[in-house]
Amino acid sequence: MKLKLFEEYLGDVIAFKEPKIQLEQYPTSAHLASRILYTAENTYGDIDGKAVVDLGCGCGMLSIAACIMGASSVVGIDIDHAALETAQENIDEFDTGGTVDLIQASICIETSDGLLALNEDLTFRMSKKFDTAILNPPFGTKPGNKGIDTLFLQAACAMTRNAVYSLHKTSTRDYIVRKAKSWGFECDVLAELKFDIPMMYKFHKKKSVDVGVDLVRLYRKSG
Amino acid sequence: MRLITHNMLKCHVKNCTDPDKQFPLRFKDVQLEQIEADRNDEFLVRMLPRIDWAALLKTAKELNIELPDKVPESPADDGEFLSTLHTVILETHVKDGSMVCDGCGHEYKITNGIPNMLLAEHEI
Repeated sequence: MKLKLFEEYLGDVIAFKEPKIQLEQYPTSAHLASRILYTAENTYGDIDGKAVVDLGCGCGMLSIAACIMGASSVVGIDIDHAALETAQENIDEFDTGGTVDLIQASICIETSDGLLALNEDLTFRMSKKFDTAILNPPFGTKPGNKGIDTLFLQAACAMTRNAVYSLHKTSTRDYIVRKAKSWGFECDVLAELKFDIPMMYKFHKKKSVDVGVDLVRLYRKSG
Repeated sequence: MRLITHNMLKCHVKNCTDPDKQFPLRFKDVQLEQIEADRNDEFLVRMLPRIDWAALLKTAKELNIELPDKVPESPADDGEFLSTLHTVILETHVKDGSMVCDGCGHEYKITNGIPNMLLAEHEI
């Protein structure tokens, strides 16, 4: 499929109806989703016929994009019921042939000292069950969310056998690369993007803000 | 939710630790729906080792779904088996109902096909 047509299809995916600030719910644009999944499939062969997991799937943009690119099975996980309902509407609309399952669950849990940790009891049986993980994680810029982007990435690495595609603030690149190494993954920066965050919340003063974001591909070190 | 996904879900309530009871979660009052999907044998064969067969078998029995007790020795050449496997794990959807933990009794609701695995604060 041509990239332009792919993006056009994804333009029909509905975004968050009432985005929640605390969950850092910024929609993944059709433009971005089409490029991520197009590259994942056409450059790396990571989508067609694969089992894919989408962490923090929100309204299902990346899950649906994976489906269109030929994923054999997709599981989208999100904490927010309203977002998942919208995701289900989108999935029904796209007629994905029952390829996408949605789960309401929390990837992270709050520890007794108020910090976030991986919800390992939940994800225990998902370990290495997928070929590819895709995610547009919360960036961890809201109070109480510190480190959430890295925890999502760590969960994604634990669940995948091959590759992880994720988005992270360019300012955290060195840290992400180091973390990936510590989990046994190599980290390639595929693109440096300007993430256009439109004015969605009252605290946004400007019409839209560009944030520097890396599209990264993590893959298991061989041997 | 399809049975391939159910095969990855376990109870994660704090203090619920008996691995034999936490998994698989038992379906209760569920409504099933069959949705036809394209069959990809290469995919099925690749997924097979990732499936907990004993758990899938237990779940299938509860739902009155026929499934062989054992995975055949060379599943890739067994068209009939792959066809059954495809129908059971990829085409059988649980729409509404709940999943119950046999260890602690926690009930995870399934609404519109979406299981709710969130726990209350005191259960984490």
